[in-house]
Amino acid sequence: MKILVCITKTPDTTTKVQFTDNNTRFVEDGVQWIINPYDEWYALVRALELKENGIASEVHLISVGGADVEPIMRKALALGGEQAIRINLDNADTYNTAMQIAEYAKANNYDLILAGKESIDYNNGSVPAMIAESLDMQFVPNATKLDAEGNALQLEREIDGGKESLTVALPAVVSCQKGMAEARIPNMRGIMAARTKPLTVVEASATEALTTISSYELPLAKGGVRLIDPENVQELVDLLHNEAKVI
Amino acid sequence: MVLVFAEQQNGKFKKAALEAVSYGAQLAAQQGTECAAVVLGAVNDTSELAKYGADRIYHSSQAELNNFNSKNYTDALAKAIELSGANTIVFSDNVTARGIAPRLSVRLKAGMVSGAIALPDGDGQIKKSVFSGKAFAHVKVNTDRKIICITPNSVGISENQKAGGQEHLDVAVSDNSITNQTANTLSGDTAPLTEAELVVSGGRGLKGPENWGILEDLAASIGATLACSRPVADSHWRPHHEHVGQTGGTIRPNLYLAVGISGAIQHLAGVNSSKTIVVINKDPEAPFFKAADYGIVGDAFEVVPKLTAALKEFKTAQGN
Repeated sequence: MKILVCITKTPDTTTKVQFTDNNTRFVEDGVQWIINPYDEWYALVRALELKENGIASEVHLISVGGADVEPIMRKALALGGEQAIRINLDNADTYNTAMQIAEYAKANNYDLILAGKESIDYNNGSVPAMIAESLDMQFVPNATKLDAEGNALQLEREIDGGKESLTVALPAVVSCQKGMAEARIPNMRGIMAARTKPLTVVEASATEALTTISSYELPLAKGGVRLIDPENVQELVDLLHNEAKVI
Repeated sequence: MVLVFAEQQNGKFKKAALEAVSYGAQLAAQQGTECAAVVLGAVNDTSELAKYGADRIYHSSQAELNNFNSKNYTDALAKAIELSGANTIVFSDNVTARGIAPRLSVRLKAGMVSGAIALPDGDGQIKKSVFSGKAFAHVKVNTDRKIICITPNSVGISENQKAGGQEHLDVAVSDNSITNQTANTLSGDTAPLTEAELVVSGGRGLKGPENWGILEDLAASIGATLACSRPVADSHWRPHHEHVGQTGGTIRPNLYLAVGISGAIQHLAGVNSSKTIVVINKDPEAPFFKAADYGIVGDAFEVVPKLTAALKEFKTAQGN
């Protein structure tokens, strides 16, 4: 089984989000970039486990972006995987990103394409299904468990208010989330090995963006907390009923 | 025409599906057109959708569509779009939508916005949540046909009785790559987290899973759904699906009541769209107090049982 794992770079979870140029541009100064946690902790680590269990033959990583995504790609390679592909395209929308990955995947015959359930920056969660549509593959969103047997996957996925188990014939695209694997820390051997693993840059083909972000906005600051005496919880009940009107 | 996917679960419509129809009806009014709904799988009574603004209801009760299949559901939606001539397609932004809407976006080359929280503004821009709730973006869709996935609990349900004429939808179900499909919805009568109006959440301050009883009692007193912080889920004190925050669920209930959670920036990202935030923490310096509407500085093990008792009394006085 040949696996392609889609990864993207996102600001570190502790990032304080700020905008500039009349709220049209995200301020990248001082931002620490990480591999999108859903891509790393679940999709990539599970793919590596399948390789270690002898189920997967190859694990390749792919990302769409400028040269500035290479550090996180090297970091991903330090965890594992034989090679990485960067499709050279900046600021693509999800459609654009998905079309680039689909085009590469089509030419390279993967049995399984994994990605995180969404990126923690734009939270669209649409790239994996777009890839699946473009390749006419089945797609399973938000999987929490993935095992492979022969030419099929045994999956568990999140549904509203519960979970669903299912079997899916390969080839397929699966988006991954918490539950599927445990986060790993790259070891020194992995970090050294990653330096010499092939990272191929592929020029992007022309596609168009279907959406554009015009501007950003930060949430309004709260007016300040109203503290209530712990001996007088009745006051909180009254406030929730009469002022906030939530109970 | 606006077409809304009204998802059923076990033959019933969820609150989020009714909210999506309410949103679709408002969108149709804004565009001076009609709102249709599409229903896949067995549902006894689809007329409920008319109450929330569906002028027409396309329904396929084929048994093959009772269970979610990304390919077959996309085929069904594409058929309903063709029949209705819809130019805007609306989903409630949940895990099912994430298996259909992006596929339609590619198939129809229609720009999509997920995580939408409002109707399009005067310039047609759609506001959506980004950076897991730390900010909002205004998105312009560059194509004529548009797909909007609306975040649960963002616009609410509004009644708007329409005719709800029934139209039969016949779908050629072609994919059989998914088998052995079994759904397990958790028992209990509380709403799932994404749809819950009232949420009670616990953090490390509760010291261990054995202490969750006081939170369960607090939640039960007002019919709230339980949630937790990341360290709690990572330590397996509580199941993963209860984790809210930047790498867990993003929620926007009317009330988020946090007990023993310090309020790290990653946690705030997932909950700061809540309409009212109450924080109970013994550390007066906990950063969560800065994001809260109401706060109690005190020991959870003393404050929570008192609050539960007061809420029970309030509920009894209210007559429920």
